[in-house]
Amino acid sequence: MSRSRALPLAVFTALIVLVQLATGLADKGQYLTQLTMAAYYALPILGLTLLMGYAGQISIGHAGFFAIGGYVSGFLTTFNLTELSSRWWVRAAARLHLLAAGQDAFASQTLVVRAWPACIAALLITIVVAYLIGKPVLRLKGHFLAMATLGFGTIVYRLVLGTSALGAADGISDVPAFHLLPGLDVSGKSALRISNYYVAWGLVLVTVILLGNLIHSRIGRAMRAIHGAEEAATASGIDTQDTKLKMFVLSAVLAALGGVFLTHYNGGIGPSEASIMKSVRMVAIVAIGGMANLWGALIMGVALNFLSMRGSFGSYDDAVFGVILLLIMLLSPQGLLRADLARRLVRMVSRRPKEPVT
Amino acid sequence: MTFALLLQYLVAGVTYGAIYAIVAIGFGIVYNATGIINFAQGEFVMLGGMLAVSLQAFLPLPVAVLFAVLITMGVGALVEILFIRWLDRPTVLRMIVITIGLSIGMRELALLVWGEGVRSLPYFTGDAVSALSVGDVHVSPQVLWVLGTVGVIVAFLVLFFGKTRLGRQMRACAANRDAARLCGIDAKGMVTLSFVLAAGIGALAGCVVSPITYVQYDSGTNLAIKGFTVAVLGGLGNSAAALGGGIILGVIESLSIIVLPAAYKDVVAIALLLAILVFRPAGVFGNAATARLKEHA
Repeated sequence: MSRSRALPLAVFTALIVLVQLATGLADKGQYLTQLTMAAYYALPILGLTLLMGYAGQISIGHAGFFAIGGYVSGFLTTFNLTELSSRWWVRAAARLHLLAAGQDAFASQTLVVRAWPACIAALLITIVVAYLIGKPVLRLKGHFLAMATLGFGTIVYRLVLGTSALGAADGISDVPAFHLLPGLDVSGKSALRISNYYVAWGLVLVTVILLGNLIHSRIGRAMRAIHGAEEAATASGIDTQDTKLKMFVLSAVLAALGGVFLTHYNGGIGPSEASIMKSVRMVAIVAIGGMANLWGALIMGVALNFLSMRGSFGSYDDAVFGVILLLIMLLSPQGLLRADLARRLVRMVSRRPKEPVT
Repeated sequence: MTFALLLQYLVAGVTYGAIYAIVAIGFGIVYNATGIINFAQGEFVMLGGMLAVSLQAFLPLPVAVLFAVLITMGVGALVEILFIRWLDRPTVLRMIVITIGLSIGMRELALLVWGEGVRSLPYFTGDAVSALSVGDVHVSPQVLWVLGTVGVIVAFLVLFFGKTRLGRQMRACAANRDAARLCGIDAKGMVTLSFVLAAGIGALAGCVVSPITYVQYDSGTNLAIKGFTVAVLGGLGNSAAALGGGIILGVIESLSIIVLPAAYKDVVAIALLLAILVFRPAGVFGNAATARLKEHA
């Protein structure tokens, strides 16, 4: 890993630790809760940056994947299988240690899927759905792709809102903690605040490292070629459909992962997570961050989502995102944190000789 | 399931379909002038309905509708002048995001002004229970207002683009902007006019339909997706085909209630959009403009 890429990662890691220590000293532990949630919301944004910024394929339906992750995991870990415990598939699942028995608040027996298999099921379902949607839809371009993904997002929203098994307008609640490792739970208990903060940001850090590697690999260059000129990329021997589909599925999985973890952290999920406005927010944040700029999207995403969750925008929450989106695209379509700006800063800090800006 | 009930569903489907057709026609007008799909088209419909409800409090109904349409046309012009006109060859991605931003902006502004409440105009003639009965089928007079208005709008557009000087100038710009400019046509003015026209017909449709469907600050998004489905079905720029596509979509959506829960009504319509995009990307009627949209974008 070159120095120009290692440095931001080191700064980022130090920042994560410093923020935690600072909130501890200032006795503002509740900030950690919102920062943890902001980290989980950052996962779909990072995925979308890859798809939209680097590969140039818009998706106005990624909240749909976030919701699929959260809902599948939430449903499996709360749906009581006690009544069905004589069925062969329930017995088989129990024998494979996929199920957890317990008691609910009314002291009646519960039998639910454990969080790990539920998480894996959620991600697998997301992969299948993303593949089935992406395969035909990514052949489309421009407005058609935008509308098709918007349509997908709307379908997910309407389905979770209209299905009573998924709690309809109330969503799913009482989702249990996710026993990640022995002694490490993903849950919203205030005693576990600090460990959850590190779990969430550790996940973001790993994602940034992996995506950073991807961008600087052969497939990353292929993505940028597709963004620049798809026909030329095809002529250069890039399987454009395959590359686009892989990026689409990867970004969907990241969105679903954020959904799974946030659902366990919050102990529930509601249909608003699937709403079109959530998808548009993700697009807005990628645009503000500078489109093809992982760090920009991460910084703006965390900042805006943190402020939004603290209620800084009041009842103008959606309006703020709309106005920012409009202004950025009108006045500075390269985003606030331009890719070359970041590169120049890095160059200044690392004191390397200036290369001609291409 | 009686035959009369089936007919009743058909009537409801045709009514909704007519409104989707108007949104699709609005998409077509702006698309032909600019190459942009205006994601805020549904918001014009919402705005027309909302304005008319507010104006109707102190103005007679026809005057309120007239002013609502005129104000929305003004908003359409303003949108084009402030946000579209001065952009220098924007990319498609940028235009999509800008019009989405516009649609959020208009929606949130409506939320600020009118709140979350559901509103509606009074029935233009008669009231909620009055109905014209043909055999066992009961048709609200408002349905006739909707169908009549949509019919008049389509006829007007066909005449406007076919017979008037202004309409032909707009078509010339759509066909070849540079050549039209060389002939002395004000191409930028034509783009503004396309937004004004799209906003106007959207607002008028929003007014006549509001007694039946009601109007809310966020009604626009759904209309935009349905309208786009119709545009894909019937092609962009062909008003009569859009009307046909709209009625097909409205009827399918309405009949889906027979086999599926009503909460899934929108899912059916949008699944149809995805299916068309996947299996017949050039549109069901194989329209050249739609095919061009796909390549162009």
